Amino acid sequence: MSEPRSSRIRWHVLVFLAPAVIVYTAVMIFPLFNTLRLALFTEIEQQRVFVGLQNFKTLFGDAIWSEQFWNALGNNFWFFFIHMIVQNPIGVLLAAILSHPRLRFAHLYRSAIFIPTILSFVIVGFAWKLILSPIWGIAPSMLDAVGLKSLYAPWLGKEEYALTTLALVSVWQFVGIPMMLIYAALLSIPEEILEAGECDGITGMSAFWKIKLPLILPSIGIISILTFVGNFNAFDLIYAAQGALAGPDFSTDILGTFLYRTFFGFQLQLGDPHMGSAIATAMFVIILIGVCIYLFGIQTRLRRYQF
Amino acid sequence: MTKKITCAALLASTALVAGSAMAQDVTLTIESWRNDDLTLWQDKIIPAFEAANPGIKVQFTPSAPAEYNAVLNSKLDAGSAGDLITCRPFDASLALYDAGHLVDLNDLAGMANFSDVAKSAWQTDDGAATFCVPMASVIHGFIYNKDAFEELGIEAPATEAEFFAALDKIKEDGTYIPMAMGTNDQWEAATMGYQNIGPNYWKGEEGRLALIKGEQKLTDAQWIAPYEQLAKWGAYLGDGFEAQTYPDSQNIFTLGRAAIYPAGSWEISGFNTQADFEMGAFKPPVVNAGDTCYISDHTDIAMGLNAASPNAEAARTFLDWMGTEEFATIYANALPGFFSLSNHDVPMEDPLAQEFVSWRGECESTIRSTYQILSRGTPNLENETWNASAQVIKGAESPADAGKRLQDGLASWYEPQQ
Repeated sequence: MSEPRSSRIRWHVLVFLAPAVIVYTAVMIFPLFNTLRLALFTEIEQQRVFVGLQNFKTLFGDAIWSEQFWNALGNNFWFFFIHMIVQNPIGVLLAAILSHPRLRFAHLYRSAIFIPTILSFVIVGFAWKLILSPIWGIAPSMLDAVGLKSLYAPWLGKEEYALTTLALVSVWQFVGIPMMLIYAALLSIPEEILEAGECDGITGMSAFWKIKLPLILPSIGIISILTFVGNFNAFDLIYAAQGALAGPDFSTDILGTFLYRTFFGFQLQLGDPHMGSAIATAMFVIILIGVCIYLFGIQTRLRRYQF
Repeated sequence: MTKKITCAALLASTALVAGSAMAQDVTLTIESWRNDDLTLWQDKIIPAFEAANPGIKVQFTPSAPAEYNAVLNSKLDAGSAGDLITCRPFDASLALYDAGHLVDLNDLAGMANFSDVAKSAWQTDDGAATFCVPMASVIHGFIYNKDAFEELGIEAPATEAEFFAALDKIKEDGTYIPMAMGTNDQWEAATMGYQNIGPNYWKGEEGRLALIKGEQKLTDAQWIAPYEQLAKWGAYLGDGFEAQTYPDSQNIFTLGRAAIYPAGSWEISGFNTQADFEMGAFKPPVVNAGDTCYISDHTDIAMGLNAASPNAEAARTFLDWMGTEEFATIYANALPGFFSLSNHDVPMEDPLAQEFVSWRGECESTIRSTYQILSRGTPNLENETWNASAQVIKGAESPADAGKRLQDGLASWYEPQQ
């Protein structure tokens, strides 16, 4: 600081940026790069040794590891797929209904549908586990009451249903977010445009399809990418409902639980931070690719309208 | 500049606080996965120790069982773990010792009170160093609802045929779910299923050691046979057992809705407080009447010293005290079902615990087959066994396939099996 200043440095810029930059670096950027670095090492006899891409070779080349990885990745895509085909259409539908001017109690519905989003994963996982439990749950008796007991199965315990069930629970929890975003987008559509449409004979359903939907497409795009990132980082719900072994028979194992098991270890399996970092790196790359496809492939083509 | 001074002042003050704390009582913190035992430690063990050793305070800070290993490893690496570490048996603790987190306790006077078998789970492979003070073992068997058995006129079964005859009778009657177990959490299927009934087939230690030496394979008949029995269990478990969790099973049994509960002796204290019917226990049924019986008497829990502990002296005092008869008596009686591993002859009052421990005299003891050495690599044999047992009970995998899958996994990294 005592050096002579050759040029004027605008100190206030640095001062105002510093807190955000320091905090963000400490909790995000440094751990991220350290994880990427850790993935290139392994531990041999208590010593950390640099092994280059060996961990990735094991992850993708070794039959046991790669089978688990592809299983988790496949499950992750299914988890995402269910969200896309269930959560987002329902979100759009709810928003469309809520934005209807003659709907009564709209505020009540909006709050009620949004509340699960603010609940903790642990509560949601536990509550649904109880609801669906074959022993204490209300699901079997409710189905029994309407004479559909035969449709009941211990969904969370069956390989073929468990992942879909959990995806739907997650949809139930998060459907409020697309609803709110699209609701806001719908409200921002000026009346004049709709009225102009009416003059041209576009009313009712076709007004939705031809005017509103194109105008909210950018919001749907944002929601899709948020869902993508959220789903590929998911861990909490599966862990809360099925534990780290993501049973039955790994049918609900997604990248997050696979990472947890590998990184921290589970029961007699000891944690391996280096393999864990390799998985974390793979997750990072997958999400990065997905976001890039969206940013460069889809978002640039979306038309934006200025009113 | 002023910032630096403030910083220095802050640092100095924390050092002062730490210094003054040292001069007063030493507080030892215990890491454990036994959150069920919190009240026992707080009300009985810790007061007894503190009364005998003024100046040392003890805090028991358990975490959830399934997360314990992960939490502990992270804490140790970060240097924030407690002074005393509750040790899982075998490799999990051995790895901690090898990594320098646990201290060699051979020189501890209290160690003289434990037999070699008791210490075997917490020693290096060559037996040169013992790094945890053994606390207790658990015994596997079946707990049954005595009222239900009397009502249906069933005797506690001794052979496999009698066992299935009893299950059939309960199922036919329909009042009770024959057996309370679920496959949702997977470990019960392996621990209370496979490891419970298995020793009778692989002849306890004989089979276990042969497997470690590579003389037997998991595809051999004696290792497949327990799976064949498990495959028959599915029909006797309650509706929707696939989604039934461990607490569900415990509740079903203690509410009196199920007749038999494949158990570990650690359940005794919980069941005693919750069940309002009389309970009995029978050991894993043998194949033919008169066969030698084998039980899983698993060295389960011990306590070691964190190498980074600033209070090593006080911690050693505590570990030494754990070798005394006083500790063994408090522990075994407050926690019926956790059987002391010390050489002291500890009288126990609980009849159910008495029943379990009496099998030590009648049968050959062994420990769980997957714990020593065999779960060191990837895939992890113990975790694979959870999965295989659950799959077999559900009928999703045949016993022979399960055995082959486990053998292939083990052979992929364990040399004696290659």
